[in-house]
Formats: sequence, C-alpha cells, structure tokens
Amino acid sequence: MGSTGEGLGRRDLIKRSAALGLISVPTMSFLSACASGGGDTTKGPDKAAVSKENPFGVSKGGKMDVVVFKGGFGDDYAKAWEAAFDKKWGTTSSHLGTQEITGKLQTRFNGGNPPDVVDNSGAQRIKLDVLFKSNQLADLTPVLDAPSLDDPSKKVRDTLIAGTIEQGTQGGKFVSLNYVYTVYGFWYSGKLFKEKGWTPPKTWDEFLAICAKAKEAGLGGLAHQGKYPYYINVVIMDLIAKKGGLEAMKAIDNLEPNAFEGSAAALAAVEAVYEVVEKDLLLPGTNGLTHTESQTAWNQYKAAFIPSGSWLENEQLKQTPDDFDMQFLPVPVLADSKLPFEAIRAGAGEPFIVPEKAANKPGGLEFIRSMLSREWSTIFAQQANSLTVVKDGVDPGVKLRPGTQSAVTALKAAGTNTFNYLYPDWYSEMDTAIQDASNELMAKRIQPKEWIKRAQAAVNKAAQDPNAKNNRRS
Amino acid sequence: MSQVVQGRGRAGFIAGFLLAPLALYLTFVIWPYVQTFGYSFTNWTGQSPTFDFVGVDNYSALMKDEVFRGALWNNLLLLVFVPAVTILLALFFAFMVNAGGRGGAGGVQGVAGSRLYKVVYFFPQVLSLAILAVLFGAVYRTDEGGLLNGVLIRLGIVDRMHPIEWLNEPRLVLWCLLLVVVWHGVGFYLVLFSAAMQSIPKDIYEAALLDGAGRAQTFFRVTLPLLWDSVQTSAVYLGIAAMDMFVLVSTMTSGQFGGGPDHHSEVMATVLMRNFLYFGKSGYACAMGVVMLVLTMILSVITLRATRRERIEF
Repeated sequence: MGSTGEGLGRRDLIKRSAALGLISVPTMSFLSACASGGGDTTKGPDKAAVSKENPFGVSKGGKMDVVVFKGGFGDDYAKAWEAAFDKKWGTTSSHLGTQEITGKLQTRFNGGNPPDVVDNSGAQRIKLDVLFKSNQLADLTPVLDAPSLDDPSKKVRDTLIAGTIEQGTQGGKFVSLNYVYTVYGFWYSGKLFKEKGWTPPKTWDEFLAICAKAKEAGLGGLAHQGKYPYYINVVIMDLIAKKGGLEAMKAIDNLEPNAFEGSAAALAAVEAVYEVVEKDLLLPGTNGLTHTESQTAWNQYKAAFIPSGSWLENEQLKQTPDDFDMQFLPVPVLADSKLPFEAIRAGAGEPFIVPEKAANKPGGLEFIRSMLSREWSTIFAQQANSLTVVKDGVDPGVKLRPGTQSAVTALKAAGTNTFNYLYPDWYSEMDTAIQDASNELMAKRIQPKEWIKRAQAAVNKAAQDPNAKNNRRS
Repeated sequence: MSQVVQGRGRAGFIAGFLLAPLALYLTFVIWPYVQTFGYSFTNWTGQSPTFDFVGVDNYSALMKDEVFRGALWNNLLLLVFVPAVTILLALFFAFMVNAGGRGGAGGVQGVAGSRLYKVVYFFPQVLSLAILAVLFGAVYRTDEGGLLNGVLIRLGIVDRMHPIEWLNEPRLVLWCLLLVVVWHGVGFYLVLFSAAMQSIPKDIYEAALLDGAGRAQTFFRVTLPLLWDSVQTSAVYLGIAAMDMFVLVSTMTSGQFGGGPDHHSEVMATVLMRNFLYFGKSGYACAMGVVMLVLTMILSVITLRATRRERIEF
C-alpha cells in the first residue's frame, strides 16, 4: 500500500506500522518454527565488576552492536550516541540503520546472536508480544532502578515522563523503552503570523477569526491531510477531551453507551470543526490531499494552520523555508472547557529493546541508561528534531529548531495536563469507522448529528468485541 | 509387449519430469487455497496460532456486511465496464492502425503514422501500477496543482476556491479509477489485436474493398469475426483484472487500504485486506477470499461458454 514514492514519513510509520506489522506475524511464527534451532549457547558475556558508576558491569574495550530503525528520525542521532558511548567505554560499536528490522534480525534472534540494542520500529518491526513470549527481551527494570547519569542521587525511573513505564510493560516486566515523546495539535508559521499581525488563538472563536482573516488575505484558513482523515480526527477528539475533560475521553476509550450520543462535549466539538467547513475556511482542495501535499502547501504559506504530531518538523525539513519559524499550538478551547488551553495530547513511541541473549547485555543496558541522560536526550532533540521521554530532557542552552523548541515550551506549559486516547490501539475498526465519518464531515456530506450517530454506532460495535472486556482505563 | 514396456517407461519418464512442478504447484497454489478454505471456518486473528472453529458464522456475517456487498457491486460494475470499454477502444484503434487507412495504390494499410501510434499506445503498458498510481494521483490532485483541476480552473470552468475533489467524490471516484485501468490496458490489447489482424490474409480485405465495403462494413463483417478468439480471451483477462483492482484502489483512494471516501470505491480485495491485516479478522477475510475465488471461477466459465463460437479457418 501507499508506496507512492514519497519516502516513508512519520505518518506512514504511525498509521501503517500497525497494519503492516501484522504481516510479519504469520511469517514470524512460520520462521521461528523451522529456524529456531539456534539453541541456548549462552556465551558468558565479559562482565566487569559492578560499581556505582558501572551498575551493569560493562567491560571496557568490548563490542557494541546497535540496530536502529532508520525512518522519519533518520539514524544520525544513533551514530552520535555510539560515538559518545565508544568514547566513554572504549568500546567498538557496529551500527546498522535499516527499515527492515524483521528481515535483518529474525534469523539473528532465532540463531541466538541478536544485537545488543534494537530500535524496533516501523512497518517491519518484530511484534513485541511475540518476542516477549519467546523470552527474547531483557528485563529493563534494572535500568529503571539504576542511578541517573545526570543526578546519581535519583533513580532513572524518577526522571521519566509519567506513563513511560506503563507503556513499556509486558506481563509485569518493563521490556521496551518508548523513547520518543510526541505532542499533537495545530502548527503555524511564526513568520506568517508576524507579517499579518495575527496572535496565536487560544479559543476556538479566535481560531475561526484568524481563519477568516486568512481567507480575506487570499489564503486558506485550515489545511488538513484530507486523504488521511486521521489528522482531522485528532482535532475533533482533542476538542472533545478538552471540552468534556478526561471523563469524556475515558468514556470513549471504555466504549460507554453515551460516549458520543448524548455527550454535549462531543456534539460541541464536532459542530466546532464543522463550522470551519460551513464558513468555507478550509484550504481549497485540502480534503483530497495527501499528508505530503497538504503539509507542503502549508509550508508555502497557502494556509494558516495544519494539524499534526511533533514529527512534522522533521518530516517537512526539506520543504520548510529557512525563515518559516514553525510553531506549535495546542488545540484552542471551546467555551466552558474542562481542560485549559495549555492541555495537549501527548504520548510515547519508538520502542528500544535489549535482547535477552545479547552478547554484550551489560553494554546494552548501559546504552539504555545513557539514552535517558540529558546529554543523549539533547543529542536526539538536535539530530532528530523531536522530544524524548526524559523529563525536562533538553539542555536549555542548546539551540533547537523552532518547531521542536515550541513543542518543548508547550509541554512545559501543559505540565500535568496531558492526555492520550487509547482506543486507536485497542479498536482499529472503530478508529477507522470514526475517521471515515470525519472524512464525510469535512466534505460536507454529513452533518455533525450524523457524525455523532456513526461514531456511537462504531463504539457500540466495538463493545461487542470479546477483547473489549480486558481493555479498561480508570 | 516391448511396446507396452516402452510406453510405461515413457510415462514414468514424463511423470518424473512433472513431479517437481506438480509438487510446487500443489504446495504453493493448491495448498494455500485449501488452507484459506479451512481458515474461513475459524475466528483466526492472524496474530496467534490459536483459534476456534466457528462453522459458517463468517459466511453468514458476510451476507449481512454492507461494506462487502457494496464492494461486490463495485466489482461487478468494473467487470462490465473495464472489458467493454477497453476492448472497444483497443479494437477501434487496432483497426485504424492496421486497416483503417484510405486504400491507396498499395492496397490495405493503416492510417498515416500508424507505426508511431502502435508504439505510443503501448507506452502505458510499460508502466507499473505503482507508477500509474503516482501519475494519476497528480492528474486527479484535488487542488489547483492537479492536472485536471489546473486546466479546468484556467479555462474558467471550475472555481479556484472549490476545485473538484475527483477521488474524494463518491459519484466520481469509481469512474476515475476505471479511466486509469482503461488507459493502462488499451495499448496492450491494441498490440494483441494488431497481431491478430495481421494474421488475417490481406486478400480478404482487398476482396471486401473491391466489393465496395466501407470502413465500418469491413470492420464488422471481416475483422471482428476473424478476431473473435482474441476478443474473448481478452474479455476473460480483463474480467479477472476487474475482479482484483487492489493495487490501484488501495494506493489512490483514501482509507486504510483504500476504498474511500466512505467505502464508495471499495472492491472485494480491499475489504479483504483491511479485515485480514488491520482489523485482525483473518478468518473472516479468508471467507471473503473463498467467495472471490468462487465468483471468479463462475465468471470464467460463463464467459468462455457464452463466447464459444465456430472457429473460422483461413
């Protein structure tokens, strides 16, 4: 699907990895059935004495084998990390940046000689639960309990953004570190706003007013990645969460019979987005554009706003003019919203793992601990223009790209006011049905009330899924 | 007696050669079909090796599935229009480049420049479907940067602020896709029909010309009957292509594995893929696969029966 020659953007990773990742599963079980003859030749890794500075006993002068997914974030950050690691520990690192994680690593896992650290992401990642079930994942809990490199009096677990540990836990063990922290909302050009004398809106009415001004100036107000209704859906769902509070969000994740139907917050949110359509404030043609097309049009100052996650800046690096001054904007609030304007949707992704049978497992654990230092987190922010799960993890003295910097600022302003929907991970069919409805709404083919009806029907259908019982959030 | 032994020896010899391909065919073609059939009676998720037998539940759910029924209807529409339009155009062009020219002193010939046309018409066939999708993505682009919209806006037919959202219009999307398939296919069938036409003896045409037959008469009375074999083979090929359509629909239209907007361009293959890989309903998807297999087979049989005719020897 979608190999339209545009390269693999972040959108592809996030939206499609779920789908394509499944391909690897039948292949996986097949391969592991016939190729798992590797046996348990546990080569005793050279282990040095354990000390406070060296909690896992990394032996100096050893070897490190690092494999990272080379997608939207590139792999320059990993090369910089490896250089730093080699310098400190006198190791020799071998590096592989690839999109074919399964292809390159399947046989190595089965043969018992996996790498020491893997960024297991992208469309061809190996499913984590499969690795976990075959005891291929090292428990990373020791890293959490080790002293932080920035402040030895603190444990690493206390330096992470809330939710990181829950997200990486399987069967009670912390086995994957979801390293990249993504915030979602609108984006605008600081330069364009300065030129036109517009102030970034905080309420939905102000937002509509700026869209109207943009239209007067001959631009589109709101651009969105119409071919992928995922994006505009983020706006609708965020408006619901902000208007109705976390309760409204949980009602949807928990498939309540009144998640949409009868929810004042939901109706207000959908009507608010529909107002953009009715007042004709969309970028002309945006409903059918791909993410690349619409985002590039926005980069060419053809529209004031576009919704996206914080991968946007890195994804659009080549298309963004030097003086564009990309800025993040939390989704503006409706009147009487329960959450403040500063509240944002945020969540972690890009799981890093250490294989249980890694030749240099102490090195792998130390590598993960180093990733959670401010120094390495800053390297990532600079090289990949994205944030990490390290709390306050970017050196304020370091100059970031404007978009990433604005996301850092927004995250600080949000404080504990972050939220994240879980239903897209739990119920892909419901997610798709709601996205279809949003696509129809934006094309003016259905009205907000009909959207609510269809979304609730999708919820009710998902509630019949026998797995729905296991998924509950409180 | 020695002949019998010889015969047996030869049969064994041939069987020995056939063993390897037969084994491959059984393993990689027949066995997956059998497996699909087996899985279609389970609630397999595609993610785990455990599943339960659910009888014909998947098939009865399929009967009620409106998305699948819509997809089936779209497949049937394509099944009628893809072969019909492609073959008619290909026949017309093939006739023009082979026998449509004004009969000069040299007898029967194509229109002027027919050699060039033959090559040019074949160009689209060289492109892979993935390239085709990108190419027509640019043609159908929904803002003024799109080829069609750009031209229409320049001509003042379409408002710049409200361009036509080709692939995002429920009523247009299927026909837009049809156009791509036809554009892609005509060249190949033109060459196929050309080759068949060239094997028709020139004297038949000359006789028709001498009797005062015009272009249309020559075509319907001479060319078409003599091409009937090729036409019916083409119809089967194109029909099978119309039953598939997966690559174009899944790459060009919106939705997970395409089919959008709101299922208006859905074909069976896209619904199947989405259920199999994205929704984790692999058993259900296998049931769709079986339905597709049966339909395709019925269609091939019907087409071959209905178009059977006496072969004309020449």
